[in-house]
Amino acid sequence: MPLEPKIPTRMGDGSLIEMTRSQIKADLEDGTQFAAKKAKAPELTQDELDHLLDIYASAARFTAVDIGDEVIMSNDGTGTKHIGNRVQDLQTFEQVVGVDIVELWQIDYSYKAIKTNVAHEGQSMKIAQNLLTNPVQYGAMPDLGRYSKPDGPIPNWSELLPLGKIDEARQAQEEAAEMLIDDIEFVADNMVAAGTDGIDFDTTGASGDADFLAGLRACRMLREKYPWLGIEIGMAAEFVLGMHGQLEFDGERLAGMWPKDQVRMVQAAGASIYGPAVNINTGKSTAWNIARAITFIKPAMEVAEIPVHVNVGMGVGGVPTCVYPPADATSRASKAFVEILKIDGY
Amino acid sequence: MESAHTQASGMGGMRAAGDLVARMQMTRRMRIKEAKQYVAGKLGCTTRDLSDPIAMEQIRIENGFGLLPFTSSVQPDAAGMMEAKFNISRVLDIPINCVERFKERARL
Repeated sequence: MPLEPKIPTRMGDGSLIEMTRSQIKADLEDGTQFAAKKAKAPELTQDELDHLLDIYASAARFTAVDIGDEVIMSNDGTGTKHIGNRVQDLQTFEQVVGVDIVELWQIDYSYKAIKTNVAHEGQSMKIAQNLLTNPVQYGAMPDLGRYSKPDGPIPNWSELLPLGKIDEARQAQEEAAEMLIDDIEFVADNMVAAGTDGIDFDTTGASGDADFLAGLRACRMLREKYPWLGIEIGMAAEFVLGMHGQLEFDGERLAGMWPKDQVRMVQAAGASIYGPAVNINTGKSTAWNIARAITFIKPAMEVAEIPVHVNVGMGVGGVPTCVYPPADATSRASKAFVEILKIDGY
Repeated sequence: MESAHTQASGMGGMRAAGDLVARMQMTRRMRIKEAKQYVAGKLGCTTRDLSDPIAMEQIRIENGFGLLPFTSSVQPDAAGMMEAKFNISRVLDIPINCVERFKERARL
C-alpha cells in the first residue's frame, strides 16, 4: 500500500516541515475546535475547512487570490528602517512594494514618547504629504503601561495586584488612562495640523481593558473633532485582558471581549478601520493557526459595519513568528483571510 | 513579508487604484465592496479595473491622479503628488486633509 505523500509546510515559528494531507486536515480541524471552545464561537463549516485544506495542502511556493478580489493594505509600521530616511522608506513602500496606505512612525512606538517629539514628527509628516500620493497616516501604540512606575508617574498596577491591593491597582489604571487620552489628543491634533490622513492606534489593549478603554474614548473624541479623519484601531491580541476587570464602554464590560464584541465597540467609538489580532502558537503548524485565527475572527465579520483589516504580520494572523516570514506562509494566510472571511484589508 | 501580501492580495496602491479605495475606507468608513463600487462609479470603469495597473495608468493620466515618478511615462507637465491629491479630492468628492491645509496656508 503506497504511503501518503508528504507536503512541505510551516510551523508557527516558520520552520519548514513535512506533513501529509491527512495531517494538515487534522490540524485544521483541531485548530477550529480549539478556538470555538475558547471563544464560544461556531466551528468553521466543512466547506470552509475544505477550502483551507486546498490552500494549505499544496507544495506551491506562492498562492494568491483571484484577479478582482484584491483588498486594501494599510501596512501599520510601514518601512524597514534601512532605506534612506523615513520618508524615503514610505515612498519605497508606495512605489515599489505597492501598499495602499503608508504609516509614518518612530522607533519608540508610543504616544507618550511621541508627545515630547511631536514637532519633529509633524515636520516629517508635512514632508511626507508633499512627496506621496498614497494616504499617509500616523501610528503608535496607546501603550498604557508606560504611564506606570518606573517609566511614568502612576503606581504600577502589576506590582499592586500581587499584593492584593485591587482598588489601588484599579485606580492607578484609571488615572493612567486619562493621561493617555490627553497624550493621544495632543499628538493627533499636531498630526492633523501637519496634514495627516489618519491616526492609527496600534496594538490597542496591550495593557488590558484600561488600555482598550483609553483607545475607544480617544477615538470617539477625535471622531467628534475630525469627522473626515481616518482612525484605525488595531488590537494587541484576540482577547481583552481584564487587568482592571470592571471598566465599561457604552455600558458594556470590556474585559474578556473577543473580536465580535471588540468590533462592535470600535465601530461605536467611530473608528474607520478595525484590526483584529490573533497571536501565533509557535508549537503548532500554520494550518492549525489559520483555522484558529479565522474561527476567532469570523463572528466579527458577521457584525462588522466598518472595514476590517486583519493583522497579518510577524507572529499574528497565521503568519509565522519570525523576522523574515516566508512568502509561502504569508501568501497562504493572505488568501485564506480574503477568500473565507471576505476581509476588507490587512 | 509586505511584498508577499501585496502580490498575493493587495490592490497595488497608486500603481493601480488602491490609494483611491483606501481613501474611501478611511474617510467614509466604507467596506471594500462599497468602496470599490463608489470609486469605479466616479471613474466610469469596472471594479476589476481598479486593481489593474494597465487599465488604471490611462485613467490616472486622464484624471490627473499621478503616476509612479520613476516611470518614463511621467511627463514634466503631469500632476505631481500634491496636484494629484487636489484632483483626487475633487473627483472622489472627499476632503483630503493636506489639500485643505495647502489651500488654507496658500490663501487659495
